[in-house]
Amino acid sequence: MMDAARRETVKGWSFIAPTLLWTVAFFVVPFAIMAVMSLWKRIGGKIVQTWSLDNYVAFFGKSHLLKAMLNSLEVTVLVTLISILLAYPLAWIIAERVPQRWQRLALILAILPFWTSYVVRSYAWLLVLARNGVINQALLGIGIIDEPLELASTRTATVIGFVHFFVMLLTLTIYANLVQLGPNYRRAAADLGANGLQVFWYVLLPLTLPGIMVGAFLTFVLCIGDYITPQILGGNNELLLPQVIMLQIGRRADLPTAAALSILLMAVVTLAYVLCARWLRLERA
Amino acid sequence: MRRLTTLGLSGYLAAVYAFIYLPVIVLVLFSFQSGRFPIPPLNGPSLRWYEAVLSDSRLTDALLNSLLVASISSAVACLLGFIAAYALARYKLPGTGFQRALITAPLTVSYLIIGLGLLITFNMAGVSRSLLTVGVGHVVINTPLCFAILYSLMGDHQINIERAARDLGANDLEVMAYVTAPMLMPGIIAAFFLSVTFSWDEFIIAFLLSRFDNTLPVEIWSLLRSGLNPKTNAVGSLVFLVSIVMVLFMEIIVFRKVIRR
Repeated sequence: MMDAARRETVKGWSFIAPTLLWTVAFFVVPFAIMAVMSLWKRIGGKIVQTWSLDNYVAFFGKSHLLKAMLNSLEVTVLVTLISILLAYPLAWIIAERVPQRWQRLALILAILPFWTSYVVRSYAWLLVLARNGVINQALLGIGIIDEPLELASTRTATVIGFVHFFVMLLTLTIYANLVQLGPNYRRAAADLGANGLQVFWYVLLPLTLPGIMVGAFLTFVLCIGDYITPQILGGNNELLLPQVIMLQIGRRADLPTAAALSILLMAVVTLAYVLCARWLRLERA
Repeated sequence: MRRLTTLGLSGYLAAVYAFIYLPVIVLVLFSFQSGRFPIPPLNGPSLRWYEAVLSDSRLTDALLNSLLVASISSAVACLLGFIAAYALARYKLPGTGFQRALITAPLTVSYLIIGLGLLITFNMAGVSRSLLTVGVGHVVINTPLCFAILYSLMGDHQINIERAARDLGANDLEVMAYVTAPMLMPGIIAAFFLSVTFSWDEFIIAFLLSRFDNTLPVEIWSLLRSGLNPKTNAVGSLVFLVSIVMVLFMEIIVFRKVIRR
C-alpha cells in the first residue's frame, strides 16, 4: 500500500512522462546519434563506423571549412552590433516619446513584418537589391550612379537581410525592458542634475543591458544557424557554415562531416550562451 | 532646440519604419505586376499571378499540406506542453529544474541541427521521409514554446479552484481537463496560434524531412530557382497575409484577455 505522498509523485510522473519521452526520443536521441555519427567516416560512398576525430581534424585542416566558420562568426557579430545600434533608439522612441495610447500600435507596426516567412522575406530583399531592382533603378533614375551596383549575392546583402529581421526582434526585447523600467529612474537622475546624455549613459544603458543581452543572444543563435538568408541573398561566392553543412547533406551525401560541423556549430552557440549567462549573473551580483 | 530634437527623432522613426517595410511593400506591390518580371517599372495592376498561383496544383497542394502539418503538430505540441506544465506546476517531482531545462532545451538549438539530427535518426531507423516526419520535427520545435507560455501562466490562484473540484469528487485527470484547461484557455489558444505561425513559416526542417509532399515554404524555395518571378511575389504575399491574420488574431482576441487577467 502506497502512502499519499508517493501516490502524488506517481501521478505527477504520469502527467509529465509523455513530454519527457517525446523530448528524449526526438531531440536527445537524435542529437546523440548525430554526435556518434560525427565520429564515423564516409569512404567511397559508404559510411564506415570508425571511431575517430578525423572529421574534426579535417575541419581545422581544410581551409574552406574553417573559413566558413569564420565568415559565419564575422557576419553574426556584425549583424548583432548593427541591429542593436538601430533597434535601441527605435525602442527608446516608442517607449519614451510616443504617446501612451499609440505605443502598442507603434510597436506592433514595428514588428509586423517579423512574421513573414523567412524564405519570402529573403526573396523580397532580393527583389529590392537585384541588379535591375528597386534600389538600383531609383539611384539610376535620380542620377547618383551610372552603372547598377552589385548588391545581390554579396555579404552586404546577407547582412542587410539579417539586420532587417533582428532589428525587429531586438526592438521587442529592448522595448519590453524599457517599459518594465518605467520613467522613475530617468526622472530621479534628471532631478539630481544629470543631462540627457548622462541619464542615458549612467542610468538607462546599464539598466537595460540585460534586455540587450537577451536579444543579442537570440540574434546570435538564430543568425549563426540560418541557411536561407545567406543562400538566397549571399549567393555562392562566400559560404557561411550552414550553407557548407547543407552542401555536405545534399550534394556530397557526407552525413558524418555534416554532423561534425553541426556539433561545432552547437559548441559555438553553447559557448556564447555560457558567456552571456555568466555575464548576466556577474551583472546582477 | 526641443522642436529640432523632435524632428530628428521623427525622422529616425520614419527611416527605420521605411527600412522595415521596404521589402514587404515591394513584394506585395509587384505581385500585382502585369508584366513578366517583378521589377520597375510597375505596370498593372493585374491579378494574373494570383490566378497562376491558385491554378498551380503543386502550390495549392503544398498550401493544404502546410495547413495540415501546422494544425496537427501545433495541437500535439500544445497538449505535450500543457500536461508538462501542469505536472511541473502542481506536483512535487524530483529534479524539476532539470526537467524544465530538458523540455526547453530545443529552443536554444538551431533548426538546422534539429532537422539534421532527425534526418540521420529516421534514416537509420528506416523511416521514410513524409509529412509525418515533418510534423514530428515541428512538434519538437514548438513543444518547448507551448510549455514555456503555459508554465508561466500556471499561477497559484488557480490552485484553490482545483482543490475545490477535487473535494467535490473530480479525479486528477478530470481536474486537469475540466478545470485547469478551461481556466488557461486564452493561453492555450495563444500558444496554439503561435505554434501554427512558426510551423507555417518553417523551412529548413520541412526541407530536410520531406520527400514527395512538400509544405509551402519548401515549394516557394523551389520556385526561387526560376529567378525573380511575380508568381513568387503573389504566393509570398498570400503566405504573409495568412501569418499576419494569425498574429493579429492572437493580438486582438487572445493576448488582451491574458493580460487583463
